Amino acid sequence: MKRDTDFSKLALHSGEWLRGTGPESDIVISSRIRLARNLADFPFIRRCSDEDRVSIERTVRARMEAIEGWEDIRYVDIEQLSEIDRQFLVERQLISREIADAEGSRAVAIDPNEQYSVMVNEEDHLRIQVMHSGLDLKSAWDQINSLDDQLEGSILYAYNQKYGYLTACPTNVGTGLRVSVMLHLPALVITQQIEKVFRSMQRINVTVRGLYGEGSQYTGDFYQVSNQITLGHSEEDLVALVGENVVPRIIEYERKARDFLVNQGQKDLHDDVSRALGILSTAKKISSEETMHYLSKVRMGVNLGLISDVPVGTINKLFIDTQPAHLQKLHGRLLGSSDRNVERATYLQRHLSGSLGTGELN
Amino acid sequence: MKCQYCEKPATFHITELTEPNGPQVMHLCEEHARGFLQKDNASPAVSVAGALAKQLNLGQTKKELAELDRKECPVCGISFFEFRSTGRLGCPYDYTHFESDLEPLLINIHDSLEHTGKRPRRAAASADSQAIMIQLRREMEEAIEREDYERASEIRDELRKIENAGIEAGEDDAKSAAKKTKGDSKKSSGDRS
Ligand SMILES: [Zn+2]
Ligand SMILES: [Zn+2]
Repeated sequence: MKRDTDFSKLALHSGEWLRGTGPESDIVISSRIRLARNLADFPFIRRCSDEDRVSIERTVRARMEAIEGWEDIRYVDIEQLSEIDRQFLVERQLISREIADAEGSRAVAIDPNEQYSVMVNEEDHLRIQVMHSGLDLKSAWDQINSLDDQLEGSILYAYNQKYGYLTACPTNVGTGLRVSVMLHLPALVITQQIEKVFRSMQRINVTVRGLYGEGSQYTGDFYQVSNQITLGHSEEDLVALVGENVVPRIIEYERKARDFLVNQGQKDLHDDVSRALGILSTAKKISSEETMHYLSKVRMGVNLGLISDVPVGTINKLFIDTQPAHLQKLHGRLLGSSDRNVERATYLQRHLSGSLGTGELN
Repeated sequence: MKCQYCEKPATFHITELTEPNGPQVMHLCEEHARGFLQKDNASPAVSVAGALAKQLNLGQTKKELAELDRKECPVCGISFFEFRSTGRLGCPYDYTHFESDLEPLLINIHDSLEHTGKRPRRAAASADSQAIMIQLRREMEEAIEREDYERASEIRDELRKIENAGIEAGEDDAKSAAKKTKGDSKKSSGDRS
């Protein structure tokens, strides 16, 4: 494990989970699993003194340093980071907003492929997370399970026979496991079926969260599906609930809605996504909200074959790269909000110019 | 429309679809929306409060709840009121100390009271020894603060002893479990450095 705070190289490439590949990647952006763990001999974070936090961070770091095969892991002291670097890691989904904004001793260990990270002193002492591109929960579970084994080999976890892994919030107790699948569902949104689909999900213990824009204008058609309960079911069952039961059904609905759109409103739809690409590749300044909105349309256009010369991986990367901290890291200096809008437009143009949306449906 | 948490305009309108009373719409500025969406749960405090409200409906009187609110954990000192208002517990021992109070809550949230998933290979110490470890660690910090290093190192040894006892118990468990499945194997479970 090496200690590091220089992210300039990190900014140049993107994490594995953004590749835009993997099963069902036309609809599923990413599969994420996280485990919440606590040390047996410390209070939970809320009741920790500053010294406790320092002590936890040191203990965990020393134990992780001793794990074989962790030589290439980058270990980052979050307390020492600038505001923008913290924001950068949040945008990359390597740390949570909560740990970025917290105070006191806290850290994150990140693997070189950005497939997994271990947060130290988040809401729980340890938050292990694994993120894969597309719908790939089974291998994500295998990977996180073995990471957990490695850590538990040298750290005594807070655990009891009855309630399992003990967590700061009772909503995580038991397995401490949260499975989250990020879905892109523009067609269900356009056809106004999204609420209906999710209402039917409520009875089966999953949480669905969406992102809406001003006046029911959608800024991005992205939804996250996660398991609600963590106690009383095995990890494999929870993974299967989301990955085999719920998500495939939503994918099927979205596919049907896309087919419907293609058949019913081919010209309108083609016009819509082409305009979106046009705006993104010619605008001189653009906000991040507007960017999300149009990138979502372009992403659907690519997946429906209406736009043929933009790889999905590029679109996925643009979602992240056009966010404030990434934009500033890539630009190499701090930018005010209106300068960011200009820089964002320039960046989009550079990556999308030459993409004229020439694809035709047959 | 203004953000629910600050004076900035609300540009994100998030619909939470899991509330028992149907979808709940939240109006947030970009910054607050980002924070909101990046949390695993919308807000543990909200779901805990929701579950407790149900509990109140299920027969617990306001007076009983007020009494419960004053109850404190002997290890970390958190009161039930503090837990209720933040949604976060103070230490692992809370699951033991507040067990009967947490049970209805856990049933509401998980519909279960029994962990059936993964178990750590190293046995965690018992609830009591975990509590003792936390207390000893605090005493050790205090000893260091008043520069009583002799006492601090005594406590350190004691802590190590408890932790190792926990681990040995775990190894015994592992051995007997191995015996159950593999018959009479007398092989040690190897060194765990
Ligand atoms: Zn706000
Ligand atoms: Zn406590």
